[in-house]
Amino acid sequence: MNAAWSVIGLSHYLVLSAILFTIGVLGIFINRRNVIVILMSIELMLLAVNINFVAFSTHLHNLVGQVFAMFVLTVAAAEASIGLAILVVCFRNRGSIAVEDINLMKG
Amino acid sequence: MLASLIFYLFATVLVASAVMVVTARNPVHAVLFLILCFFNASGLFVLMGAEFLAFILMIVYVGAVAVLFLFVVMLLNIDFKSMRQGLRRQLPLGLGVGALLLVELAVMALHWSSDSQAFSALSTVEMVNQATNVDSTRALGRLLYTDYFYPFQVAGLILLVAMIGAIVLTLRDRKRVKRQNAAEQMDRRPEDVVEIRKVKSGEGAL
Repeated sequence: MNAAWSVIGLSHYLVLSAILFTIGVLGIFINRRNVIVILMSIELMLLAVNINFVAFSTHLHNLVGQVFAMFVLTVAAAEASIGLAILVVCFRNRGSIAVEDINLMKG
Repeated sequence: MLASLIFYLFATVLVASAVMVVTARNPVHAVLFLILCFFNASGLFVLMGAEFLAFILMIVYVGAVAVLFLFVVMLLNIDFKSMRQGLRRQLPLGLGVGALLLVELAVMALHWSSDSQAFSALSTVEMVNQATNVDSTRALGRLLYTDYFYPFQVAGLILLVAMIGAIVLTLRDRKRVKRQNAAEQMDRRPEDVVEIRKVKSGEGAL
C-alpha cells in the first residue's frame, strides 16, 4: 500500500471510529426528546461502522469490506428517508415530534 | 509525515464536528455540522484508498440525506427550545454509558490480535485485482457485478421499497382540491353538456 498506510496504522482508524460511534450513542442519550437529532446520531454511528469497514478492507487488501460499506450506505439512506417520512406524518397528525408524545402503541 | 498530518487534520475536524452535531442548540447548525462530518469522512476514505466510496459518501450523504434532513428541519415548524429541557437530567447517564462504551471499545482495540491465517485466506480473494493493477473503482465494480450481484439487486430493492414507503407515508389526499379526471373528461360529449337555445331579441336574461 501507499506511504500513508504505513504511517497511520489500522488502529488509528479503529480508535477514530470507536470515538465516532461513542459520540453517536452519547447523542442519542442527551437528545432523547428530539427525534431529528436522534436520527442524525444514528447516521454518525453508521458512518463510524463504514470507516471500520473501509479501514479493514484496506488493511486486508480485500475489497469485500468496501462492498459491504456500500450496502450499509444504502440501508442508511433508506432508513433516513423512511424515518423522516414517519416524522413528517407524525408532525402533521399531532403537531409535535417530541419522543414522549409518540406513545400511541404503548397500550 | 504529510499523510499522517492529513489524517490527524481530518480526524480532528471529524470528531469535533460530530460533537457539534450532538450538542448544537439549533438543529440547522447540527445538520450543517453533519455535512462537515461527511466531508471529512470522505477525505479519510480517499486517504485509505477507497475513492469510489468517498464519492458515493459525498453524493449520497451530502447531496441527498443531509439535504433531506435540512428540508425537514426547516419545513416543520418545531419548537426546539422545549426539547432541550431534560438535558441536565440525561447528561450524566449519557456520559456514563458513552464512557463505558468507549472503554470497552478501547480494551477490545488494545487486546485485539489478527488471526493471520484467516486474514491470508481473505487476502487471496483480492490477489487477482492486485495483480492486474486496476484502480479501486474498477475492481469494486467487478466484484459487485459478479460475486455480489444478488446482494446488489437486493440493495436496489431496499431503495425502491424505501422510496415507495416514503411516498405512501407522506402523500396527503386532500378532499377540497379539484383534480383532473382524464377518463371523465374524455367521456363528455357535446350533446350531453351543451344546449343551444334560441333567444328572441330583447328578451334575453337581464
